[in-house]
Amino acid sequence: MVTASADATVRARGISRPWRLIAAAFLLGALLVGLGVGPVGMGVGRIAQSALSHLPFLHVHSPLSSVEEAVLWQIRAPRVVLAAIVGGMLAIAGSAYQGVFRNPLADPYLLGVAAGSGLGATLAIAYGHVGRSGQLLPLCAFIGGLAAVAATYVLGRSAGPARAAASLVLAGVTVTLFLTAIQTFVQQQHTNTLRDVYSWLLGGFSTAGWSQVAVAAPYVAVSAGAIVLHRRLLDVFSVGDEEAASLGVDVERLRLVLVVAATAGTAAAVAVSGLIAFVGIIVPHTIRLLVSTSYRAVVPLSLVVGAGFLVLADVLARTVVSPAELPIGVVTAFFGAPFFAVVLRSSRTMR
Amino acid sequence: MIELRDLAVRFDRTDAVRGVSLDVAADEWVMLIGPNGAGKTSILRALCGLLPFDGEARLGGRDVRSLGRRELARSIAFVPQNPVTPAELTVAEYVLLGRTPHLGYLGIEGRSDRRTVARALERLDLLPFAERSLGSLSGGELQRAVLARALAQEAHVLLLDEPTTSLDLGRQQQALELVDSLRGDGLTVLCTMHDLTLAGQYADRLVLLDRGSVVAEGEPGEVLSPKLLASHYGASVRVVRDGDDVFVLPRRG
Repeated sequence: MVTASADATVRARGISRPWRLIAAAFLLGALLVGLGVGPVGMGVGRIAQSALSHLPFLHVHSPLSSVEEAVLWQIRAPRVVLAAIVGGMLAIAGSAYQGVFRNPLADPYLLGVAAGSGLGATLAIAYGHVGRSGQLLPLCAFIGGLAAVAATYVLGRSAGPARAAASLVLAGVTVTLFLTAIQTFVQQQHTNTLRDVYSWLLGGFSTAGWSQVAVAAPYVAVSAGAIVLHRRLLDVFSVGDEEAASLGVDVERLRLVLVVAATAGTAAAVAVSGLIAFVGIIVPHTIRLLVSTSYRAVVPLSLVVGAGFLVLADVLARTVVSPAELPIGVVTAFFGAPFFAVVLRSSRTMR
Repeated sequence: MIELRDLAVRFDRTDAVRGVSLDVAADEWVMLIGPNGAGKTSILRALCGLLPFDGEARLGGRDVRSLGRRELARSIAFVPQNPVTPAELTVAEYVLLGRTPHLGYLGIEGRSDRRTVARALERLDLLPFAERSLGSLSGGELQRAVLARALAQEAHVLLLDEPTTSLDLGRQQQALELVDSLRGDGLTVLCTMHDLTLAGQYADRLVLLDRGSVVAEGEPGEVLSPKLLASHYGASVRVVRDGDDVFVLPRRG
């Protein structure tokens, strides 16, 4: 007879309470820092009061001047929110790709989203003469990213069901190289637009506004929600395609569902922010090393920590060489890589 | 419990299994033996839906093809020769994966699933290991964890592909004794086996395959004859009988 205590030892490691609190505090802190730091100084307390004043029925009076209000809610807030959405999406998409392909180096750009979006954006800038702030640019980047992954999927599938995951990754490499070649060619033919293209490719939030938040948020919400719901099935993937199938999982359909979810969200994120490397790999791995390797922990925490991480990276991007801005990809790699190196070294003794 | 009629499996242009007919009764333990490439593993994989096949395969009277993926996984548990055992997963987490066919598509395990897993762990003396990572287990413990996952599936049929590879002599016996003890709960076992002596000692019945066809079938004493083994394995052996036991000994020259 199995005792009650035996029953209690059978559990999957989820997210322990301390880590829940740490992750929530990290995101909240990052959001407050993001809102508070800038050329116009505003304390945390005044920001909180101003936020409350926007809620109905509370009758809190904002202590900020109308200029400060505008800076806070029309310039900083959308930028912070967009960075959070993009960071969370890239990290959770990275965790999903790593699970689906059982490949620790998989990142959200694995199947060609980056190259497709890059080509879409380059074509829009070179032939459509759109600026970085227009609505057409994100749309072209979004469509380019989705089309590239669709091409990868069709090409990978044509190689047959055996070794499906490996074929998809190879197809992704092929599509990426091909589209990058076209993009480089177009770019070279239109050297006058080089600066615009380059600044888009480097990524950033300098032109962020609520309209971009509105463009990306629905895709990110649906994508991230779908991936979170599949977190247990991502653990089933860890025993490989064949054993997952013998456990009753339709491996190919599940892979398609997760790839579509991760890709749609990533393409939306890339469309409004350009190419931001690093987040999709480093954030999930940091969580694996510190908290748990189970996707029940990695998936939801990637969303929260990725959001906070990119908000903080953006704060550095806009303050370090103020009033100029650093490309955010430079910041994520420059500060993220040493941090990850420390985590990697110390994790040996921690586990 | 298992009925195969003219089962055939093709890979590209080669026939891995050509027209195998085979019956395994409920609670019986049948072992498939035969040289490498005889089609032993392909039969197991076809039966649990991992390979397309021609012919008929019935499970408890029902066509295997008519069963849904999850329904099939609730009836048949398959342990491959080299199971993937992610080093970081804990034993409990790994065995919980066995509950997958009993859960809804996006479902999460509940109390009764955890209790089933606890019973499986207890059955295989793995409760003290529940929170250990798979990477920290020895070969024998790992094999028990894999069996526990199959047990957590609560299937009536257990398919084992070479369950004793990479185990030492003592662990081989322990693993087979363990499988034998599980049969008390109503379990039909079909497995492939390289070690003919162990096969003869544990199986109710042996099926000798060669190049995709059944060439001999029956009690271990009948199938394990020097003549059959010489013609199908190309091996020179001595078969020693000691009461009910049969020992197959390789002989040089």
